Amino acid sequence: MTPLEFTLLAAVVSVAAGFLGSILGLGGGIIVIPALTLWFHIDIRYAIGASIVSVIATSSGAAASYVRERMTNLRVAMVLELATTTGALSGAYLAGRLGGRWLYVIFGVVMAYSSLMMFRKRHSEIAGTPRPAPWADRLRLHASYFDEQLGREVPYRVSSTRLGLALMYVAGIISGLLGIGSGALKVPAMDLAMGLPIKVSTATSNFMIGVTAAASAGVYFARGDIDPFVAAPVAIGVLLGAAMGSRSLGRLKNSTIRLIFIVLLIWLSVQMLLRGWRG
Amino acid sequence: MGDGGRHIERPPVRRAELFLSNVLRGGVLTSLGVILAGTLVSFFHHPEYVSSPQELARLTQAGAAFPHTVRDVVAGLAELRGQAIVALGLLILVATPVARVAVSILLFLEERDRTYAAITAIVFLLLILSFFLGTVA
Repeated sequence: MTPLEFTLLAAVVSVAAGFLGSILGLGGGIIVIPALTLWFHIDIRYAIGASIVSVIATSSGAAASYVRERMTNLRVAMVLELATTTGALSGAYLAGRLGGRWLYVIFGVVMAYSSLMMFRKRHSEIAGTPRPAPWADRLRLHASYFDEQLGREVPYRVSSTRLGLALMYVAGIISGLLGIGSGALKVPAMDLAMGLPIKVSTATSNFMIGVTAAASAGVYFARGDIDPFVAAPVAIGVLLGAAMGSRSLGRLKNSTIRLIFIVLLIWLSVQMLLRGWRG
Repeated sequence: MGDGGRHIERPPVRRAELFLSNVLRGGVLTSLGVILAGTLVSFFHHPEYVSSPQELARLTQAGAAFPHTVRDVVAGLAELRGQAIVALGLLILVATPVARVAVSILLFLEERDRTYAAITAIVFLLLILSFFLGTVA
């Protein structure tokens, strides 16, 4: 493969990663890392560096339109970022003090559980019955968004803010420890625990992951893990894919998004459990 | 703030969202343009990239040489090197979410929303802190 072929093919793969990542609230690392290492035989360090770039590109590329369309709940994002950034700091502190093996097992079990809970909720198009939520009331987290597929404004109430904060803290620790973008944990936490509509959950997760990744990206860059030749086609492709994905989210059915997410969670969960099993 | 008063009739939250969206869009488009330009410059300077598979291994295997400090990037930019231009574009991309948080603090302050200005300021400080802790470690 010549450098030109690599640049073109990696950009095409990255368009897909950006598209999927922007719809599901993930960074696209689950596509970018295996594609770069297995298919293009890129050094794993540079693949991880490029995937950090991919997370930021997905987040910023899609957020520009999600924020404009009020799909992102900015207040929820700001409040939860308190927990994810603190978690990421704790994770960086704990790195090396905790065994990675058990983390993978715990992470895998949590994902399997989330996929099961999401599966039980798969037919619901909009959020369930409102619960009392003193914290969400005080922080004015309740909002509404325009659902293009349903063709109407959907008001929603946020609940279990403290549980959400706790889950986000754990998600932050995991991303700090394992270096995985934790969108796959953030979305179920918002969808299942806090009662946000699935589209708002993915758009808000998408908004949040860029901030966490930006903090670590500086470190990766200084360490020489971000190879511009590898990262360039990834950034270009992901930015284009995310722009396309963010235009499609509104038109997709809530149950479709949830279904794609469930499949993804099961796949990730198996990967994590296998990694923990092998040690 | 910068949008020429075109959205005066809108409620403040809406205006803030538009402004935030424009900050993100500006960062994304600038970085996209710079990265594209750098890639084109690289291929223009190295015609062998179109035909030589050995070149790909040299560019992407462990120990590949490329700019990874601000000083490298600035030096490379002075010589109009493609890799340095791409690195500049990547740095702009990385700075975009950080700028988004900083701008949010100002927007909340402008709306006199002290609670959220404080929350966002703490997030910003934690971000800076984790960046410096990471660079030291």
